[in-house]
Amino acid sequence: MKIMKPQRDVGIVGYGAYVPRYRLRGTEISRMWEGEQGSTPPIKEKAVPGLDEDVATMSLEAARNALKRAAIDPSRIRAVWVGSESHPYAVKPTSTIVAEAIGAVPHTLAADWQFACKAGTEAMQAALGFVGSGMADYALALGMDTAQGRPRDALEYTAGAGGAAFLVGPAEESLAVLEGSTSYVTDTADFWRRQHEHYPAHAGRFTGEPGYFRHVLAAASEIMAALGRKPADYAHVIFHQPNTKFPRKAGRELGFSSEQLVAGLLVDDIGNTYAGAAMIGLTSVFDVAQPGERVLMVSFGSGAGSDAFDLRVTDAITARRGRALSTRDYIVRRHELDYATYARHREKIRME
Amino acid sequence: MEIARHWRLQRHRYALVGEVCNHCGVKIFPARDVCPECNAPAKTPYTFSGKGEVYSYSTVHHPPEGFEHFAPYVVALVRLAEGPLVAAQLTDVEGEKIEIGMPVEMVTRKLRDDGSRGTIVYGYKFRPVIASGTSADVKDASV
Ligand SMILES: [Zn+2]
Repeated sequence: MKIMKPQRDVGIVGYGAYVPRYRLRGTEISRMWEGEQGSTPPIKEKAVPGLDEDVATMSLEAARNALKRAAIDPSRIRAVWVGSESHPYAVKPTSTIVAEAIGAVPHTLAADWQFACKAGTEAMQAALGFVGSGMADYALALGMDTAQGRPRDALEYTAGAGGAAFLVGPAEESLAVLEGSTSYVTDTADFWRRQHEHYPAHAGRFTGEPGYFRHVLAAASEIMAALGRKPADYAHVIFHQPNTKFPRKAGRELGFSSEQLVAGLLVDDIGNTYAGAAMIGLTSVFDVAQPGERVLMVSFGSGAGSDAFDLRVTDAITARRGRALSTRDYIVRRHELDYATYARHREKIRME
Repeated sequence: MEIARHWRLQRHRYALVGEVCNHCGVKIFPARDVCPECNAPAKTPYTFSGKGEVYSYSTVHHPPEGFEHFAPYVVALVRLAEGPLVAAQLTDVEGEKIEIGMPVEMVTRKLRDDGSRGTIVYGYKFRPVIASGTSADVKDASV
């Protein structure tokens, strides 16, 4: 397997996160369906969008944070690519709204990407190649979701809201340089949503072994083998995090310690943010990473596939991270909802 | 007609773009091409920082058509850091004590949503300023 790396060296020149203010505790969901003696929920709490928020408004705030850190003229951005499975329109791009609002229009590409939870890292792969080819100096890749779980379904406990934006640019301006990336994709029906359905369907336990673990472990092992690395070479590792168990198990099987996972594991605080999950984990790592440290990020999207990225943090991180709100700043800003208010936020109660 | 009007206003709505008077330096919002202070022509675009404070506010319980989804909500006059007063909704304020002089910052949110068939209109609102500087806590999080 040959590693993916453009001839022109590229990296990340700016990053930004967004998490909405509202939280629903796992115990509030179990109280609703199982009463006070309900089972222990899979995560502590999840982030819920405000009534006036959607993937477009959330992407925009993450993009603005990335731009504050990069401090470049937004008219030089040649692509705005938003990966999500909860775009506000079925037909009409989210990306044009973001591009217009940040001042990237009109000389830019804009498109929405889809691949379940790896739509955002798919956009990142493309942005790295686009800048790497010399066709662009800057490209913005986002992963953002307001995930929905059917009431009482297991997914309701974890389906969260949030995500991240990465501005890709030349290596010499980057706060983290790309050393290489891989993708590992097969046709696996572990999770899906048909066109006019409100909630996704899944194959229950099937999402574990042939879906998540098969693809995540393969992508991670292959990128390390291709670059001649071992787990100890990385200061931080981030896995797609649909719950707290899967990423920890993947880390253990590959030989990573829990210390390597801690900075990028946010699912217990914000839920599974789907296309945003691995990417917002990476923003949280950048908030604490030191120059010279290596970072491995591995996404997963049902359907199914994983993207893996090997990044080296540069000296530019220290000056740039303080220019915008940290991911933790958004996580500690929280307002708890009860189940009834949550139902209104997520339009589980239809008013018309 | 409606869609065309929204499209022309879009840039001002999304990002608080006004004008600056090159004669006396006054910052103008919304754009009106003439300086309200010295009457000189003012056509140089100026992007506001989005920082400001609450000048006055009131709560809307019976909203006009198209805004029912968001009621009740708070509308405020916000004094921008650069000077102008702007009327806008406050957002992310449930459970917050709103006060005159409260520091706020601009965000772009859904202004109205014409149901499942129409368009979504986005625009500026203001929220309480988010405190920064909590990144050090991450080391204490337990796995
Ligand atoms: Zn003037």
